[in-house]
Amino acid sequence: MAWWAWVIIGIVVVLILWFVFIFNGLVRLRNQVRNAWAQIDVQLKRRHDLIPNLVETVKGYRDFERATLEAVTKARTAAQQAIGQGVGAQAKAEGELSGALTRLMAVVERYPDLKANQNFLALQEQLTSTENKISFSRQFYNDSVLNYNNKIQMFPSNVVAGMTGFKQGEFFKVEEAAEREVPKVSFEQPKP
Amino acid sequence: MILVAAMGILLLLIGYGLGLAFGSGIAGLVIALVIWAIMNLIAYFQGDSILLSMSRAIKISPDDHPRLYNVVEEMKIASGLEKMPDVYIIDDPALNAFATGRDPSKASVAITSGLLEKLNRDELEGVIGHEVSHIRNRDVLLMSLCSVLLGTIVILAWYGSRALIFSGGGRRSSKGGGQGQLIILAVAIVLMILAPIMAQLIYFAISRKREYLADASSALYTRYPEGLASALEKLGASTYQLKTANNATAPMYIANPFRKQGRAASDLTSTHPPLSERIRILRAMAGGASYADYDKAYQQVHTGGAGVMPAAALAGAGAVGLRAAQPELVLKEPEPSRVERTREVGDLLWQKSGYKIIDCECGTRLKVPSNMGRATVTCPHCGRTHSV
Repeated sequence: MAWWAWVIIGIVVVLILWFVFIFNGLVRLRNQVRNAWAQIDVQLKRRHDLIPNLVETVKGYRDFERATLEAVTKARTAAQQAIGQGVGAQAKAEGELSGALTRLMAVVERYPDLKANQNFLALQEQLTSTENKISFSRQFYNDSVLNYNNKIQMFPSNVVAGMTGFKQGEFFKVEEAAEREVPKVSFEQPKP
Repeated sequence: MILVAAMGILLLLIGYGLGLAFGSGIAGLVIALVIWAIMNLIAYFQGDSILLSMSRAIKISPDDHPRLYNVVEEMKIASGLEKMPDVYIIDDPALNAFATGRDPSKASVAITSGLLEKLNRDELEGVIGHEVSHIRNRDVLLMSLCSVLLGTIVILAWYGSRALIFSGGGRRSSKGGGQGQLIILAVAIVLMILAPIMAQLIYFAISRKREYLADASSALYTRYPEGLASALEKLGASTYQLKTANNATAPMYIANPFRKQGRAASDLTSTHPPLSERIRILRAMAGGASYADYDKAYQQVHTGGAGVMPAAALAGAGAVGLRAAQPELVLKEPEPSRVERTREVGDLLWQKSGYKIIDCECGTRLKVPSNMGRATVTCPHCGRTHSV
C-alpha cells in the first residue's frame, strides 16, 4: 500500500478512538446525573417515612394545633402522589411539604416540654438531617446536570452528543414561593 | 503531579547511584523499585487498619452518635461519594480528625472526642467536608504512595551511606579507572545526603497542596466556607497534642498534629499550611464557593502568587453560589450546647468501653461497669433501685 493510505488509516483510527473516548465520557456523566436523581428520591422517601412518626409524637401533646398537623399529612400525601410525575411536579410538591414541616417546627417552639422530649429531639435530628440530605443531593444533582449539559453544548463533545442523541438534563429547581414562604408566627407570650 | 514525578526520579537516581557505586547501576535501580513495590503493597492493603488501630479509634454506628453520623452522610451525599465511609471516634482531648482508606469504596473518617465536643453543626460539617474530600480526591492513596516513596528513599540513603563509608570504595581496584570511580563515589555520597532532604521537602509540598484542595472542596460541598474557617479557629486555639499521631500519619489529619505556636507563614517543613492562612483564605471567599473562588481568595491572600488549584479542578466548573444566610424560621437542627455535647460524647465513650448507662427518674445518669457482678444498682441520689 502507498504511504498515504497508511496516513488515512491512521487518521481514521485516531478519529474513532476520539469518538469512543468522548462518547464514554458522556455516558459516564449521564449515569452520574441518573444516579444523583436516584439519591434525591431515596432521601425524599426517607422524609415521607419519618413524617408519620413525627405526627404520632406531636399528636400526644394536648391541644396541639390540628390544622398544622393536617397540613403536614396532606402535603405528604400530595408529595407521594407526585412521585413519577416529572421533575417539575415533584419539586413543587416537595417544596410544599418542606413549607408545611417548617410551619410545624415553628409551632413546636411554643411547647417547651415537647421541645425537651428525647423522642422528639431524636426525630427532629433525623428530620432536619434528612432535610439537609435532600438539599445536598439536590445540589449534587444540579452540579451533575450542569456538568453534563456543558459537555453536550460545548465543542467538540457537542458533535458526538448530537450524533448519538444525548438530551440535556433538567435542573431541580426549588419552588421559590413554597420553600421560601416564611411563616408568620409570633413568639411573644400572651400577656396575662 | 510534577512533584510526585520528581520524587520518583529521586528514588530512581538514588537506586542507580547506589548501584553504580557498587558496580552495577541497573541492579541498584531494580532493588530500589522492588523495595518500593513491596512497601507499597503493605501500605495498600493494610494501611488503613494499621492507622486506625494505631490511633485507637473506635467504630461507631448511626445510633451511637446520630448527629456525627448524619453529618458524615450529608457530606457523602454532597460530594457524590458512592459508599458511606465508616465513622470512628478517638478518645483524645486533642482537636483533630483524619480520613483513611485506599479508595472511596473502602474509606473511614475518624474524629477525636475533643473536637466532636467543641464543634457546632456547621463547623463539624466543614471539618467532615474536608475529610470526605480527602477520600473523594483520593488523597489517602496519593499521600501513602508518597510517604512510602519517601520512606524507601530514606532507607536506601541510610544503608547506602553506611555501606559506602565502611566499604571505603573497596572495589576501586577492579577496573583500574581510579579517577572516574572517585567522582562517581563523590556524587553518590552527595546524593545519599541530599536525596532524603529533597524528598522530604517535596513530600511536604505535595501534602500542603492537597490540604488547600481539601479546604476548597469542603467549601464547595457545604457552600459555607465560614463553617470550616471557624472550626479551624477553634483548632488553632487548642494546645493539646494528639498522643497517637506520628510523622507518617501526619498528612492525613485536618491540622498538623505536631503544630507548634508561632511558626513562619511559608514553612517548607510542614505537612499543613498554617491555620491562620487557611482561615484567611476561606474568609476571603466572598464571591462564591467554587474552586475558582477559592483560587481567587488564595491569590488575594498571597499577593501576586499563582493559584493552588489543580488545572483539572478548575476546568469546566460553573459558578457556584454561597449558601445564603438562613432565613429566620427554616427547619433548624436541634443545636445542643457545649455541655450537652460533652456529655453526649462522654456517655458514648463510656458505653464503648463496656459500661451500661441507666437513666434514673430523678435525672441522674448511672454508669455501670459490665463486670460489677450485681443484678441491681441503687441510685445514690434518690435511692430507687434499677436492674442492670
